[in-house]
Order: sequence, then C-alpha cells, then structure tokens
Amino acid sequence: MTEIRKVGICGAGGTMGAGIAIVAARAGFEAVSYDQSSETLARAAKQTEGFFTKSVERGKMSDADREAVLGRMSSTTDLAALADCDLVIEAIFENLEVKQELFGKLNNICADHTIFASNTSTLSITQIASGCGREDKVVGMHFCLPAQLMKLIEMSPGLNTSDEAFKLAWNWTEATGQIPVKTQDKPGFILNALLVPFNNDVIRAVEAGVADPADIDKAIKVGLGYKMGPLELIDLIGLDTQIRLCESFYPVTLDPRASAPPLLRRMVAAGHLGRKSGRGFFTYDSNAMFGA
Amino acid sequence: MSYEIHFSGESRSFPAGDPFLKAASSKAYISIYLGTPFEPDDTKAAILIELGTECLGVHTGENAGEEGSNVLGFSRYRNGDDAPSNLIELVRQPATLAPAIKAAQAMFEASGFEVALCSDQAGRIIDRLMRPKYNDALRFLDEGLATAKDMDLTCRMGLGYPDGPIERVERGGLAHHHDVTKTLFEIYGSPAYAPPRRAIVAKQRADLK
Repeated sequence: MTEIRKVGICGAGGTMGAGIAIVAARAGFEAVSYDQSSETLARAAKQTEGFFTKSVERGKMSDADREAVLGRMSSTTDLAALADCDLVIEAIFENLEVKQELFGKLNNICADHTIFASNTSTLSITQIASGCGREDKVVGMHFCLPAQLMKLIEMSPGLNTSDEAFKLAWNWTEATGQIPVKTQDKPGFILNALLVPFNNDVIRAVEAGVADPADIDKAIKVGLGYKMGPLELIDLIGLDTQIRLCESFYPVTLDPRASAPPLLRRMVAAGHLGRKSGRGFFTYDSNAMFGA
Repeated sequence: MSYEIHFSGESRSFPAGDPFLKAASSKAYISIYLGTPFEPDDTKAAILIELGTECLGVHTGENAGEEGSNVLGFSRYRNGDDAPSNLIELVRQPATLAPAIKAAQAMFEASGFEVALCSDQAGRIIDRLMRPKYNDALRFLDEGLATAKDMDLTCRMGLGYPDGPIERVERGGLAHHHDVTKTLFEIYGSPAYAPPRRAIVAKQRADLK
C-alpha cells in the first residue's frame, strides 16, 4: 500500500463533496472532483474560488497559496479519471444500492491499493463495502457540514476493513488537519445516533404544544449554552433531509424516536423545508449557504 | 417590578445568597413560593410556584384542560448541582391569565433572566428533550460505540456544544439523572426515559451511603 497523494471525491458538485475537496487540496493533496453533472461541478468550483478568496481577504492565506490550492484541484464527469487516486471519498446520495454500485465501478477503475471511503451519515460501512471487491479497503469517513470549516471526522472500520487501510485513512485525516474520532460501524455513528432521535423529539415537542419553537430554542441555547437552537439547526439541515435521515435510520434501528414525526412530514408537504425554502420552524430572508 | 418571596427550606433556583432573594420586597403584587404551599390570591398580578420534577397541576389541581388562573410554575434550569443557569422555564396552564404571564415574564427579565414559556408537561423543555439524549449516550458507552471522551469530543466539535453529553450528565450527577428520568418514565412510559444502567448504579451507590 502506498502513501496517499491524490484524492478523488465523488459527489463533489454537492455542498459536502465540495467541502471535502477543499479540505484535501488545502492540505496539499491533489483533489479530483467527480460528479455526473458538469453544471453542479461548475457551481461548486465557483463557490470554492469564492471561499478561498474570502480566506485571502480575511488574512488566512496568501494569494499565492490560494492559486496553489486551486492549482491542485480539478474536476471531471468521467469516473475513469479517478483511476490514479490513492483515496476516493464518496459523498453521493445517501442510498445503499447507489453507493454499492459506485464502489463496484471504482473497484474496476482504481489501482489495487486505493482506499475507498464513504461519507455516509447513517448507512453501514460493512454493507456499503459488501460485494465491491475490496471490502478490506473501505472505511467510514463522516465529515461534518460544512466540511471546509468543521474539523471533526467520524471514522469507522467495517467488519472486513483491514487495520492497515484504516490506519492509512486515519493518518491522512490527521495530515489534513482534521480531527478523527473512532466509532463502531453502527447506525448514525455518534453524531447522528444522538442527533436524529433528538431532533425528532424536539419536533414532537412542538407538535405536543410544549412550547413555541422560539421558546424551545431559547431554552436550549440559554440553559445549555448551545450556539444554535435545535429547531434553527433542523431548518439549516433541511426538513426534507431530516425525513431522509429518518428513513435511513428507522428501518435499521426500529427506534420509534428515529421515525419521522407527522408534523415534519406535513411541513415538508407544505413546502416548509427550512432555511433553503425561506420557511421552516422560522422564516428567513436569505438562503445563503455557509462557507460559500 | 417588585416581588415578595415566601420561602421555606432550600431553593434549587435561588440558592442562599442569590441576589434575586436579596432584591425581594416585603409586600408586592407578585408572590413567589419557594418550597412552601402557596396561598391563592387573585389580587396578585401573578403567583409563582417553584417546581421540581412535578407538574404545576400538582399544586393547583386540574380541570379537564380548562385549568388556569394567575398562578404559574417556574424553574431556573440547572444541571444537577451545577450553578443555576440564567434560564427560567415559566410554566403555564391552558387557561392561565395572559396578564399574569406578562407580569411574570417582565419581572424575571427585569431581574436579568431569560424566560422560556412552556406548557405544564413533565420535564418542561430541557429535561423532556435532553434526558433521552443523555440516556442514549450512556447506553452507547456501555455498548462500546466509542469512548466517553470521543463522544464528548464529537458533540463539542461536530455540533459546537460547550460540553458533551457524558461529561454533562456526570457533572450534574448520575443519581440526580436517575431521579429525573424515573419521574419522566413514570409519566410518559417511553423507554427513552427509563433510567439507564449507569444512573441506576450511581443511585444504588448513593443509597448505600
């Protein structure tokens, strides 16, 4: 197995994938962004340039560094362009079959030593790796949103992941300046295992008339010192995304608290998706994304 | 806005020496009851009863969802034996008089507190929402999902919390967590509130002393 020098990111047209590409390139690695849509890749590239321009304006990097980082980044709609990557991180749609299919294809494209990492937040790493042809080189690597700003990465080995592959991925994470935390390959790892049921509890509390959204958020922020109230966070995550998380989580755990609350489904049906639609538990004037 | 305090024994919201106690008047339009049975008085703008884990209805009685008067419940949130926070959870009933709510909010805010208004449900806002999360974290610890340190680090770094669930619930006291979750479990019947193994152990050890 070789040292990691070149990193491929699948689903890099999305917010998470674009952020992961920034993390890799900023740390000195070549980063190849792959997505099926050239339009989303172009949009992500523009946002990435904007992010680094702001970093320069804020004195966090020099113009020369900005150019160097951007010079290490490229994008493609051809999966075969990831052939010489040492590490491929997928941040595509949260669907087991889709992820399995991607890793199966990549197995035929990439070199034997290439490690595959999944940014899944709820699915099993062992299941994603199953049948891909290199189950020993698949690791869980869950970045936090927005990846370019949040340091934490939850890292999980699957049942068949080799110690060597996991260690290499761990070392790469540390080399990027991120902070890895090891978890077992269980639904939701740490963050979502705690957050998905909690968020649903909060929505159910609104539905049960415990308090208005503003009072719930105020209680949590003032009482516990959280920077953001839970309902503000759900609005940021997106109410439709919360439903998708529930639909990934509940069938695996059968935890009633992980099932989507009726109010959540009604709000999504009404188009109240959160910050991105301008209305969720609160109303918003702007839908600007973090870090873009 | 002035307030009078009827005090007996200790108050979790306002420990001895708290400036709020010192600022009380001898005769005022808002009466606050700390650990002593309240006297109904409809000449008061508001009557405030400090609550523990019980509902306000325990003190006032209930009437098929039409209960309510100038009497409200409240609790200043604190995590176990941590210092009290700046949050007052103000508890109303379905027919609580709007001027009484307004007067209570204004009085607490004038005293420097932030007020979250909630209905008279067990656990109010914070315990209702946070105790199941602490239970999850304690169960994950037993099941080996990750170390306590890594779970706390994940919540601090991944979610920006000032502390993680394990360190917070342990700091507040696992025996205290046992008592709160036991009450919530009796009322809601949901396994999410059932006292977790580590809290039961802590409670049993405390009882041995």
